[in-house]
Amino acid sequence: MKISQDHIRNFSIIAHIDHGKSTLADRILEKTGLWTEREMQDQVLDNMDLERERGITIKSQAVRTVYKASNGEEYIFNLIDTPGHVDFNYEVSRSLAACDGAILVVDSAQGIEAQTLANVYLALDHDLDVFPVLNKIDLPSADPERVANEIEDIIGIEAMDAPRISAKQGTGIEEVLEEIVNRVPAPKGDAGAPLKCLIFDSLYDSYKGVIVFIRVFDGTVRPGDKVKFMATGNTEDIVEVGYFGAGRFIACDELSAGMVGYITASIKDVRQTRVGDTVTNALRPCEKALPGYKKVNPMVYCGVYPADTRKYPDLRDALEKLQLNDASLSYEPETSIALGFGFRCGFLGLLHLDIITERLEREYDLELVTTAPGVVYRVYKTNGEMIELTNPSNLPEPSEIDYMEEPVVSAEIMVSTEFLGPIINLCQERRGVQTGMEYMEETRVLLKYDLPLNEIIYDFFDALKSRSRGYASFDYELKEYRRSELVKLDILINREYVDALSFIVFKDSAYERGSKMCAKLKNEIPRHLFEIPIQAAVGGKIIARETVKAMRKDVLAKCYGGDVSRKKKLLEKQKEGKKKMREIGNVEIPQKAFLSVLKLDEE
Amino acid sequence: MKNDISIYFHIPFCIRKCGYCDFLSVPTSCGEAASQTVIDDYVRALKKELSCAGKPLKERTVKTVYFGGGTPSLIPSFHITGIIKRLREMAEFSDLPEISIEMNPKTVDEEKILAYMDAGINRFSVGCQSVNDNELKALGRVHDHEDFLKTMEILKKCGAENINADIMTGIPYETLGSAKRTLDEISNLGLSHISAYCLILEEETPFFEKGSKKLHLPDEDLEMEIYEYTREFLSKKGYKRYEISNYALPGRECLHNLVYWDCRDYLGFGAGAASRLRNRRFSNVRNVKSYINAPVNDLCEDLILSKEDEMTEFMIMGLRKTDGISLEDFFLRFGEDISDVYKETIGKFEKSGLLICKEGRLFLTERGMDVSNTVLSEFC
Repeated sequence: MKISQDHIRNFSIIAHIDHGKSTLADRILEKTGLWTEREMQDQVLDNMDLERERGITIKSQAVRTVYKASNGEEYIFNLIDTPGHVDFNYEVSRSLAACDGAILVVDSAQGIEAQTLANVYLALDHDLDVFPVLNKIDLPSADPERVANEIEDIIGIEAMDAPRISAKQGTGIEEVLEEIVNRVPAPKGDAGAPLKCLIFDSLYDSYKGVIVFIRVFDGTVRPGDKVKFMATGNTEDIVEVGYFGAGRFIACDELSAGMVGYITASIKDVRQTRVGDTVTNALRPCEKALPGYKKVNPMVYCGVYPADTRKYPDLRDALEKLQLNDASLSYEPETSIALGFGFRCGFLGLLHLDIITERLEREYDLELVTTAPGVVYRVYKTNGEMIELTNPSNLPEPSEIDYMEEPVVSAEIMVSTEFLGPIINLCQERRGVQTGMEYMEETRVLLKYDLPLNEIIYDFFDALKSRSRGYASFDYELKEYRRSELVKLDILINREYVDALSFIVFKDSAYERGSKMCAKLKNEIPRHLFEIPIQAAVGGKIIARETVKAMRKDVLAKCYGGDVSRKKKLLEKQKEGKKKMREIGNVEIPQKAFLSVLKLDEE
Repeated sequence: MKNDISIYFHIPFCIRKCGYCDFLSVPTSCGEAASQTVIDDYVRALKKELSCAGKPLKERTVKTVYFGGGTPSLIPSFHITGIIKRLREMAEFSDLPEISIEMNPKTVDEEKILAYMDAGINRFSVGCQSVNDNELKALGRVHDHEDFLKTMEILKKCGAENINADIMTGIPYETLGSAKRTLDEISNLGLSHISAYCLILEEETPFFEKGSKKLHLPDEDLEMEIYEYTREFLSKKGYKRYEISNYALPGRECLHNLVYWDCRDYLGFGAGAASRLRNRRFSNVRNVKSYINAPVNDLCEDLILSKEDEMTEFMIMGLRKTDGISLEDFFLRFGEDISDVYKETIGKFEKSGLLICKEGRLFLTERGMDVSNTVLSEFC
């Protein structure tokens, strides 16, 4: 059957976390008959265990289904699910670029959040037709009228007639399906023109190689075609084309303008198929690549080490495998005096870091020690050279440094007025510069700040949540590099410098951070037979100190009688515990001490 | 000449269980265990186990006997005397055997003590723990200080000479003052032996669940102060510390416990009781019901110790004593020189002032005793 373009609808669902995006996606697939029987687990689009547990989408997913509309015609729906977190903003933008329209899901109890806004603006930037859906009307606190007003006021799209639905209970879904037919425009594009496809995701499969997810804008692609990836310059022969079935890939004869599907070409490395790149026919190329491609660079770096130093080769293999599916993960071997052999890994953000380390631990059964995450600093040297610093240990001597720059993001924070004070304070403590403040409605404010990235990567999100009792939402994007007074804070334990504990800090915060760090470490390091000074230093000058007092008493003054094995087991356990620590000089440091810097603001 | 052996009997019954206790014992104050028949059944099982241990008993001379618990003094005295009688039928005793029994205040009267003495029991170990009633209450003890004094009176009246009292430090609500009070009173009672234990929060006890904060335990520094005071005070009163937590007048050390610390042979009878015969170590099932059903050969542990295991145990047990271990003993036992086997470990701790090697003996310094786990764990 030849599919005519005006019976295709390519769309995505955008929403704030927990507003019900995945549940709605589920219902759409159910109602269109793709899932007649529920053989899959809930929320089929979130594939990874981690995604389901955290209730967020990490990788883009796409699925095709057929809907028989009330006008009697059948429509092909391509639903492209977008990642739901600021770390993956670029991926979101590419997924949206593959669509012609978007459904905006808003929780009718909570209303618009910072992330909703960010995603809507992103969709509007791509000229998508956005129509709202008010979800969770089954909640007692739901107030769809108020939220509809809010959408009209704040975003400026018509919302009064928006479907009122409960994705959870399955009410109002038919209405949404009809809206998709009526309000998402059919794709345009010329199937006879030179091939022009957008890559919006890719996936490594051990049999097929890289499976490239594409949206065809112009032309037609068939197996055997020679195609070119315009940004990387790579050319490949297409082995298979197809579309996304229910949890599987279904091969077909061709994909033509307007369609969403996949291509394979025995490609071994996802990095050759960059998200956002344009695929064209190598023999009959299109004139210009699609706009918007950029190479995504890691924003956050940290050292990742195996807790058991013998597991270094296992860690390397695991990273290699993860990278097959995640082009934005980067890693390079590094050595630490304190931690041995490991890798300096680059991530899109803290969530990405969290996900990768959790996957390493769960899927590859590795115990890890991670060092404090840092951002990429630009160090301008007196000899005119500029280096991008990802590991604090590599900071050149002060005399060689002319000046340094740090990345600054523009952040948007949505908060209700009652928490405005604490949130403004928080932003100020983190060296934020206010760039705007808008009242969305009487009780809600949109704050705009420029914030240094290194002030928000550790615990900003947690602090935001706790100071607003969970009512603030937050979104950011990289703005620029700015010159800043930065220093390297070193930690000395028993007068030995511990490289894995060094971090870069804003000069005026060095004393405070150093003191807190020493205090934290004091609690993490067990008492030894001798006194252990813990010092923070900047450029060789000690700025803070704490002392772990010598152990006074470590004795089993109890009568176990003839039960020798009990006593022996206790002593053996003590010995085992020691083995798990890292020895620096003659001090044994527990693994978790290396994470202290992450928790400096905890009480 | 026959080799010596020591005998341990475990009597796992208490009026109720204290919050910190992780020894095998069942409370008699509630539930089915209250029934006298359980105690009767248990003692019958214990005698059966004893009867089946013919061979090792016939070949040895019994030097010490110890009734531990639980609260051995809780059960009728005819059970205790019956067990001793059965043992005497089975084995030869040495000339002056040390026969000890643990007892708690509130569970004994004159009649009981006289029956014990009549059966040959000559050492009495009383659970005092503290003289301060608020501390006793917090520990979950069933007795108060008054009860303890009454027990002491009875013992004296019956002519008991070799008496130990257990005390505990690091306990809820303890202050330096309250600890001094306990030591003061206890050292004026004419005891021959004092055991001073520290409270340890053992897993799976109510105290462990509660945690040290809620229990109002003294902090590390205060605990240390009390610990040091105890050591100095008792030594001034003439009680010599001969093991980490044991103090005795000269010649009144507990011979039975020394068998454990010297890694000599002992046989344990009763639920959960541990035994050691040369290089074999085994323990009975740690459950009263299972034990009653099958008192013989239902073991929860049965090991043949390797030479390395034996050496480790010799070190970690022997170094608990203030006079430590004899280098010659080590050589005679294992055919190796201790300084070859543990060269590095010994050297390291000698250097840091925790171990001393002098006049043919290796022992912990006072500071070494304080942090003995750190030292002993390195011999594991």
